[in-house]
Amino acid sequence: MAAIKVHGYHASTATVMVLCCLNEKEVEYELVLVDLPTGAHKKPEYLALNPFGVVPTIQDGDLTLYESRAIIRYLAKKFQGQGTDLLGSTLSEEALVYQWCEVEGQSFNPPALSIVSQILVVPMRGGSTDEAAVEMNVEKLEKVLDIYEERLSKSKYLAGDFFSLADLQHLPCTHYLVNACGKGDLISSRKHVNAWWEDISSRPTWKKVAENMKFG
Amino acid sequence: LVMAVIKLHGHPISTATAMVLCCLNEKEVEYDFALVELSAGAHKQPQYLALNPFGVVPTIQDGDLTLFESRAIVKYLAKKYKGQGADLLGNTLAEQALVEQWCEVEGHSFFPPASTILFQTVLRPLRGGTTDEAVVEINIGKLNKVLDIYEERLSKSKYLAGDFFSLADLQHLPWTQYLVTACKKGDLISSRKHVNAWWEDISSR
Repeated sequence: MAAIKVHGYHASTATVMVLCCLNEKEVEYELVLVDLPTGAHKKPEYLALNPFGVVPTIQDGDLTLYESRAIIRYLAKKFQGQGTDLLGSTLSEEALVYQWCEVEGQSFNPPALSIVSQILVVPMRGGSTDEAAVEMNVEKLEKVLDIYEERLSKSKYLAGDFFSLADLQHLPCTHYLVNACGKGDLISSRKHVNAWWEDISSRPTWKKVAENMKFG
Repeated sequence: LVMAVIKLHGHPISTATAMVLCCLNEKEVEYDFALVELSAGAHKQPQYLALNPFGVVPTIQDGDLTLFESRAIVKYLAKKYKGQGADLLGNTLAEQALVEQWCEVEGHSFFPPASTILFQTVLRPLRGGTTDEAVVEINIGKLNKVLDIYEERLSKSKYLAGDFFSLADLQHLPWTQYLVTACKKGDLISSRKHVNAWWEDISSR
């Protein structure tokens, strides 16, 4: 059985989301480096795999699949019998997992990724941080995190009292916000969000991936 | 024992509500529609925030389950009612994965520029503001790139995830409808042979 091939970059938030999920599900994989700094993701060889020219893309036998959130759902289902269960046990629990996965994708990720991009990525490419944009997105994120604080005061994890894809999806971006962007106060100022973050970011499956999250 | 009907809280003008309505119809599921009067700010009142703290429509109630986020709702409905109506998920694990992939493409690559164009060309003027043409142009550029990829995909596959209509196609209905009609950007669709054929097909269901 050929191991799953992950085409991606070790510092890319979307790539590490998939790597963390593979670890949680105890699935072997091969990481094929797509060197973002040299534009490898825009070359014909990669575009043949993923016409959107973004990482990651996986190959599992005949299946080529992209979009990190779709990939982790596929892995969570395919390997349902092993590793950590990430989908919940009932149809209702699964629905709540998807609900909070959508919240991450539509409400958390856009402002969070903008902040990370402005503070971390733009200067790397020789530009300067747009402080107004950062401030605007911090405000948006504060509102979202207030709702998380309320939710997590009633529930250990986002979808319920079990760690799921919904929590996993938050790991990469929050890691950068806290450790590389100086925005840790967004998390630490909220009692339940903080406890949740301490918990999920201390999972060994995550720490293995996080230690490689350096550019270059 | 009488089974409670699904309650859908939303507004017919809301694209996200329309997505769920379409899915309920495809799955032949009865529902009760509870109007959330957006123009009166009902979605920001405590009564609605108790259902959905993000203060957006739609939200559904199915027995004990309260669920928001239209893309999560349609996934839930497609699974729960897998045995009836149109199958929207695909038959194999691989097909299901491709459905999820194209659902994500809609949510992250199609929806953001499409909704920005709708906001700038229709909603902003409605609220007394003016269209920012530069923003519209940037987002038309983004949408053009995405639709070029769709054109290539749909030249090889009848629908986005494969040769079967799925949630991935359904998710595109409400936004594209507005783009073509209210935003008068129909040329984005009609200028692309396969995207046009696909749109004609799915919008005539």
